[in-house]
Amino acid sequence: MKIAVCVKHVPEGSARIDPGSKRLDRSGEGALNRFDANAVEEALRLKGESDTEVVVVSMGPEQATDSLRKALAMGADRAVLVSDDAAGGSDLVATSRVLAAALEREGAELVLFGQQASDGDGAVLWAAVAERLRRPVVSQAAALTVEGGSLRVKRQTEFGYDVIEAQLPAVVAVSDAINEPRYPSLKGIMGAKKKPQEILSLGDVGVDASEAGETGSRTTVLALADPPQRGGSQKIEDDGNAAQAIVDFLAEKRLL
Amino acid sequence: MKTLVFLEHHGGELQKGALGVLAKAASLGEVAAVLVGGGVTGLAAEAGSYGATTVHVADDASLEPPLPQPRVDVLATVVRDGGYDTVLFANSVLAADVAAGLAARLEAGLNWDLADLVHQDGDLVGKRPALGDSVYVDVGWRSEPRIALFRAGSFDATPTGGGAPQVETVAVELEPYSQLARIVSQEHEESSGPSIEDADVIVAGGRGLGAPESFALAEELARALGGAVGATRAVVDAGWYPYAAQIGQTGKTVSPKLYVALGISGAIQHKVGMQSSNVIVAINKDPNAPIFEFSDLGVVGDVHEIVPKLTELVQQRKGA
Repeated sequence: MKIAVCVKHVPEGSARIDPGSKRLDRSGEGALNRFDANAVEEALRLKGESDTEVVVVSMGPEQATDSLRKALAMGADRAVLVSDDAAGGSDLVATSRVLAAALEREGAELVLFGQQASDGDGAVLWAAVAERLRRPVVSQAAALTVEGGSLRVKRQTEFGYDVIEAQLPAVVAVSDAINEPRYPSLKGIMGAKKKPQEILSLGDVGVDASEAGETGSRTTVLALADPPQRGGSQKIEDDGNAAQAIVDFLAEKRLL
Repeated sequence: MKTLVFLEHHGGELQKGALGVLAKAASLGEVAAVLVGGGVTGLAAEAGSYGATTVHVADDASLEPPLPQPRVDVLATVVRDGGYDTVLFANSVLAADVAAGLAARLEAGLNWDLADLVHQDGDLVGKRPALGDSVYVDVGWRSEPRIALFRAGSFDATPTGGGAPQVETVAVELEPYSQLARIVSQEHEESSGPSIEDADVIVAGGRGLGAPESFALAEELARALGGAVGATRAVVDAGWYPYAAQIGQTGKTVSPKLYVALGISGAIQHKVGMQSSNVIVAINKDPNAPIFEFSDLGVVGDVHEIVPKLTELVQQRKGA
């Protein structure tokens, strides 16, 4: 079996939006999106001692190879990065188009995603990619098993759990409750450097430059503003009468 | 503007979040809704009182399981046939997957995590808090249809007083790949009282409660205030409280009228899930807890001493 894990390289520390381009500033240090580590871990767990191949796939600037190397150090077998200046500023439709094209090239039976991107808080990419690949999709997987030609997922929703079965090939987004990602071992880190890493252009995956980046996007960022301030904040120390003070405050706000 | 709102339902009830989005859309212009499921036609009428003039209903046993892809098929048909230029969703695990699948199917722009939608200089503009809500981003669409996913609790589900909607039946035609997943079983927690997404008041507990038994303090106060109980990720991970109550980055995003935080430090992961609450009251022993930076009333003190008294005072007041 082949498992493809889609990962994102996200800015490390406190992220900022560049006021000029209105895009997330990706020039500084970056790291593997921590939610994607759960997807890498799950792929490695499914692989176990079998001959399953785990390939990590990403789209982003060349620095994203740092995050791919971390996934390789954890134990993934191979890495593919689509990196192209024309792909910068891609929104959901453009990103899903490029990623789906890269995944078509891999033809993996199972495509895994993490539950969200820690930078843009996006939690939508897998469903768009699955639509383009015309494959079944299950998200918020808190448990995953693969047997024969199908998979079984315990999906976590607002209401509890649903057990879902889907036929392979399929796309699954795992919840961060599914596992504890391993730390790369020293041997893993050393070995990662020798593992195959490919950097592809948009042309290599068969996507026209006009179909990616801002020109291929259907949404736009218009302006940035400071968040609304919370006004009239007060802080008191409990002198034995705090409960009464809270009740008075709630009454004043007409909340009682 | 021709707007369509996705009406999510659960347990035979339309979800409050979706009704809030519907009421918001009705305030911006004429709006229709789409309802997908098995045995759901009877729910259409209620959408009228939240402003829907038309409800497209796809009612079929094959649509009963809450899976996204068959819903994408239905919505794609309704959007194309009805000429809708805007499609709105209240965020949920299901709605996010439907919205994203629809965006790819229709090559339509999707803006997510929106807290508001406004007309600005003749354009529709979404307001999106980003980077831990430290910045508000105005987002737009370059083409139609426009698709938007709103944060839970962005809008009050206040009936607008509309009449009975026109109900239009949608013929169901599913893509082969939309039928390759099926729900084998469901385990849904029976909750007493309002769910945390629907509650006007939430009393949430964190590690500062000290022990799982202390969640009784939060439960009693929630009961007195007529609210629901929430929890931080730390206490859910520690097994003190069920995941269904988790608020924050990996749990639910809520915006009740009143949020009472008991023994919660206010880490960014929790903050993003509750900071759009109307009024925040926090009780914490640590005077330097970050939660005090975004509380309307911060109380430095011991939850074990303050909360029982507070519960009693609230009960007295409500009883009076």
